[in-house]
Amino acid sequence: MSDSGTKFVIGIYEDEDVLLNAISSVREKGVSIYEVYSPFPVHGIEDKLGYKRSRLSIAAFCFGFLGLSLALTMMIGMMTIDWPMIIGGKDFLPLPVFIPVTFEMTVLLSAFGMVGTFFVISDLKPWGIPKTFDLRSTDNKHVMAIEIEKNQMNEVELKKLLVSNGASETSIKVMDV
Amino acid sequence: MFKHYRDSSMKERFEFMSSTKKSLMFLLIAGILLSILGTYQIISADHAHSYDDPTHSIESSSYEDNYPIDENYHPPFKWYQRLYSNLWINIVYFLGISISAIFFVAIQYVSQAGWSAGILRVPLAIGRWLPIGSLLMLIVFAITNHDIFHWTHEYLYDKSDPRYDYVIDGKKAYLNLPFFLGRMVFFLGIWYLFYSLILKHVAKEDEKGGSESWKKLFTISTIFVVFYAFSQSVAAWDWVLSIDTHWFSTMFGWYVFASWWVSALALITYMIIILKDNGYLSFVNHSVIHDLGKHVFAFSVFWTYIWFSQFLLIYYANIPEETIYFVERLDSDTYYPFFMVNLILNFFFPFLFLMTRASKRFTRFLKIACPIVLFGHFIDFYLMITPGVLKANGGFGFLEIGLLFIFLSAFLYVILQGLTKLPLVAKNHPMLEESLHHDI
Repeated sequence: MSDSGTKFVIGIYEDEDVLLNAISSVREKGVSIYEVYSPFPVHGIEDKLGYKRSRLSIAAFCFGFLGLSLALTMMIGMMTIDWPMIIGGKDFLPLPVFIPVTFEMTVLLSAFGMVGTFFVISDLKPWGIPKTFDLRSTDNKHVMAIEIEKNQMNEVELKKLLVSNGASETSIKVMDV
Repeated sequence: MFKHYRDSSMKERFEFMSSTKKSLMFLLIAGILLSILGTYQIISADHAHSYDDPTHSIESSSYEDNYPIDENYHPPFKWYQRLYSNLWINIVYFLGISISAIFFVAIQYVSQAGWSAGILRVPLAIGRWLPIGSLLMLIVFAITNHDIFHWTHEYLYDKSDPRYDYVIDGKKAYLNLPFFLGRMVFFLGIWYLFYSLILKHVAKEDEKGGSESWKKLFTISTIFVVFYAFSQSVAAWDWVLSIDTHWFSTMFGWYVFASWWVSALALITYMIIILKDNGYLSFVNHSVIHDLGKHVFAFSVFWTYIWFSQFLLIYYANIPEETIYFVERLDSDTYYPFFMVNLILNFFFPFLFLMTRASKRFTRFLKIACPIVLFGHFIDFYLMITPGVLKANGGFGFLEIGLLFIFLSAFLYVILQGLTKLPLVAKNHPMLEESLHHDI
């Protein structure tokens, strides 16, 4: 671990209810939390952390629209412009016939795009290494990380604050972010 | 358990105010006046040009010349046929909404759903229309059978008659009056039986508490859902599909189901929102409304999926005896606009309007969307029934709107009256607490 990284105070929590209360009271003290890591989804944690609603659905819509345009461009290009063909006595531009393929492409691209976007924004991309402050956050412990430089309190005060809110142990960790 | 919600000045029972009754009365009077006006218009138009009128005969035979499927004899159009056709549309539409609302209740018990425990009294009240709607259906069928259902004519099965129809004769084993009426009475009766069983156990739960009734309701609902899955499809063939006797579609049962179901969901959502605005159901939170909105959105898309599956296969295969159904609707000046309006109101509008999260979470969006979806599915039933009954003589005027108003006022009167009969909150429902804290 290099010294050039950022210094964090880490609090380990055993129980999600204790964690949720701790998040509220830590935030009430004016401390900004860098991130909380949990082994499982904790109901209502986004509200407590003050997260804004994810914009993933906008990405999904954009990818879906891309799929729709791609499908229509492909079919109209092939069947109407490049090599017009009469199939089953239909027009050169039989839109009802295009709907199933358009639908499938829309769903496919929006699903793939959404999953890809999610992986990238949550550090699960193939070229990135996910930040793990404490390996136990992938097993049975909740981990709260607070960036020291961004807060007015010093290390000792932050540690004390976390312990007073139910942290079972605290530590200092230097991480590259 | 429920005490602390009860304290917060919550109205537990729905009060059917006289002002509401008065507005329903106005709706009824407006409906009657419009119907009389519309009927008068149709009668005078009927007399204005007789059937020897050359312009009219061209009009009415435009597709009959091109499509030999319609060469069979049809009796000439009479003005009251349009009245009958409209009666049938309203009967099928409102009966479908009420049985679908009961189906909604049954689904909640079968899936042991917790989120909906607080709102079940509203769909239960919508089900109150079922016995009245069933009676009306039997009466109207007794009066109108020949005018709506072409296959009820005796001469179609008589080989010596020039009007003999061998296609319809081939369906005689299924489409004959005793069997048809037997099915109708059987389905309506069994549906009502299940509904009264559900009501009985719900009332018992309110009285005694405990999870005994809830377990009973699970069993009853399971049997009902299985029965409904089968009977609803058959009912759709009988009541709607058999009007176009020559035509058939394997998607039709689901198509009618989807239309009924999404209408019922829109009505349930709308009623809950309006009740909430009037100070009732204060314990229903935004997450429950959100889930109901999702239902309306999702089943609008489901309806479109079914509608399109039916359309695409017929369009692509291009078999004359199948395409006639859509030719009647697309090649007609009367029905073509409704065909498009149907798609816009029931697919494009709810799909785009209810897509965002906020639109399903805040009631002002749903308050616009639900009535529009409800009207859209009325148009859907109009399109299913009218072209088959009236051919080129159909239309949409004062009569259609007037009869819709009459039925709507009666329907609302019955379900609001029904809403007063039980408390609005199922205070002994074992899942109630989950519904109160439902959070998504």
